[in-house]
Amino acid sequence: MNAPLPRDWDTLRQSRGRRLERAASLGFGQEIPVDRIIDLLEAVIQPGDRVCLEGNNQKQADFLSESLADCSPERINHLSMVQSVLALPSHVDLFERGLANRLDFSFSGPQGARLAKLVQEQRIEIGAIHTYLELFGRYFMDLTPNVALIAAQAADAEGNLYLGPNTEDTPAIVEATAFKGGIVIAQVNERLEKLPRVDVPADWVDFTVLAPKPNYIEPLFTRDPAQITEVQVLMAMMAIKGIYAEYGVTRLNHGIGFDTAAIELLLPTYAADLGLKGKICTHWALNPHPTLIPAIESGFVESVHCFGSEVGMDAYISARSDVFFTGADGSMRSNRAFSQTAGLYACDMFIGSTLQMDMAGNSSTATLGRITGFGGAPNMGSDPHGRRHASPAWLKAGREAYGPNAIRGRKLVVQMVETFREHMAPVFVEELDAWQLQKMMGAELPPIMIYGDDVSHIVTEEGIANLLLCRTPEEREQAIRGVAGFTPVGMARDKAMVENLRDRGIIRCPEDLGIDPRLATRDLLAARSVKDLVRWSGGLYAPPSRFRNW
Amino acid sequence: METLNFRFDSKPVPRAANPALCGVVGSGNLEILVKPGIEPEACRVRIKTSARGFGETWRAVLDSFATSHPAGGTVIAINDMGATPAVVTLRLAQALAEYQGGAL
Repeated sequence: MNAPLPRDWDTLRQSRGRRLERAASLGFGQEIPVDRIIDLLEAVIQPGDRVCLEGNNQKQADFLSESLADCSPERINHLSMVQSVLALPSHVDLFERGLANRLDFSFSGPQGARLAKLVQEQRIEIGAIHTYLELFGRYFMDLTPNVALIAAQAADAEGNLYLGPNTEDTPAIVEATAFKGGIVIAQVNERLEKLPRVDVPADWVDFTVLAPKPNYIEPLFTRDPAQITEVQVLMAMMAIKGIYAEYGVTRLNHGIGFDTAAIELLLPTYAADLGLKGKICTHWALNPHPTLIPAIESGFVESVHCFGSEVGMDAYISARSDVFFTGADGSMRSNRAFSQTAGLYACDMFIGSTLQMDMAGNSSTATLGRITGFGGAPNMGSDPHGRRHASPAWLKAGREAYGPNAIRGRKLVVQMVETFREHMAPVFVEELDAWQLQKMMGAELPPIMIYGDDVSHIVTEEGIANLLLCRTPEEREQAIRGVAGFTPVGMARDKAMVENLRDRGIIRCPEDLGIDPRLATRDLLAARSVKDLVRWSGGLYAPPSRFRNW
Repeated sequence: METLNFRFDSKPVPRAANPALCGVVGSGNLEILVKPGIEPEACRVRIKTSARGFGETWRAVLDSFATSHPAGGTVIAINDMGATPAVVTLRLAQALAEYQGGAL
């Protein structure tokens, strides 16, 4: 008989106890004086810890991040960072100053070039680049944080937290940390006697610190209608008539960008003229895009669940509680984990843009010298094999892909791109930069954002390619080349095969859809400026100053 | 700057009284002037562009346009500031419609 090995079964709890004792011995209670935050961090964080630094593409625990970067690398080092986004300069400082050496993350937009340099210099080890939902999942498996540094709007004297409209990732991070012997430290914008509502109970939170200034929030989802081009209007018309209307897409997610902003602004005009109100775009997993205001005000939209909030939208959201998820206090509660789940399993369509696409339909936003990551796009932009409930759009797409006796449906995953980006950089390429980036990173896989076999449609100014109807890899390739316009890969198309695909309705040009490109003017946009959006909102939308020019 | 000259066969387009001007010379955009020419079955195009080295792309875009639209009997002058083929094709269609009297 094998005798069980003697062991302690509560080492995490013991470690947590020692950390809290060290903090107590330095005189720390739950409320940390702002000028002593570094002493606290050095007392409760140990070398080799896994630390989750809250920060995503909107809300940032920026004060805690800067404070951690100012800690002594002799006291704190070899940290393994887990975080949704590497966005702030201080996030990269942690690695440059020798406090941290390993990173698991989702997205690194603005710091992509600095990150690539650190990887090349082998000063950072990247565990993996995840989608948000994947990373949250790993917080509950093998990447559970020892310490979480989070951002909240307000705390009360007990340490209960109010997260405000930008709830975002906080619930997922806190739950994983607090229930596995970890330490939770929150920076707060204000201390209140009574919170509007409790989003995180005090006994899940160890320390709070009043930050010298409110946590940073990036207005990432604001697109100025003034910058939408006629080509984007044309593509939006094609998408609405050729995809939204044909499949009857009611539940969906839009990516960030002017292409999808144009669609949002054509709903009250072009889509309404086509008689589509109530038939498409009723339920959304979407951040509160200001460009959705005209569609909401026109009665197109029934419900919107949000990953996060958007700067300037809070009063409007509060006044439209039938549409947005709001608390009894009146303010919105967003939740990235739940909204990503909705995007994965409860949406019939994802439509977004990309920087590069190859001839298999694989797409990537990573370009040479920049490691950008994915955020939520691969989760939104994939056909979930775990889905079981049917809807008309899902069934129609499934029958196109698998035939009339299909036993499953298919999510619509639409990529919407102009064939050339600025400076005549072709979007369609024979090989993604991601492959060279993989070599540079020494990664197991190239950073592909959306796999080609998940893509159902490609919309360009040339037309729509329906990849569901392609029956061979050769047909797929020619369908992609057929809408790739005058890019080198587009010009290398097999003309006879592309004509055949067009005859079969696999490629459809604007005239095949009954759309005259000359009618694609900015006059079709329900709002042509940020000021128009404010007007549509009845003055409730308060755009950040950089979007005001009046 | 680069100047390019092309000639394409194209079906004759009904001629309107006035030349047509479309678009503006701004970043990523272009200005197109359509005037009557002397060859009824051909379209002559002269391009002044800020982006050098895209002669073959221009030829392909214009050839495709002259094939899919009746543009014979015109001379087209283009001032370009780095417009993409998508913008060029859209502006050409708009300018040609204007040239035919604004009929869409």
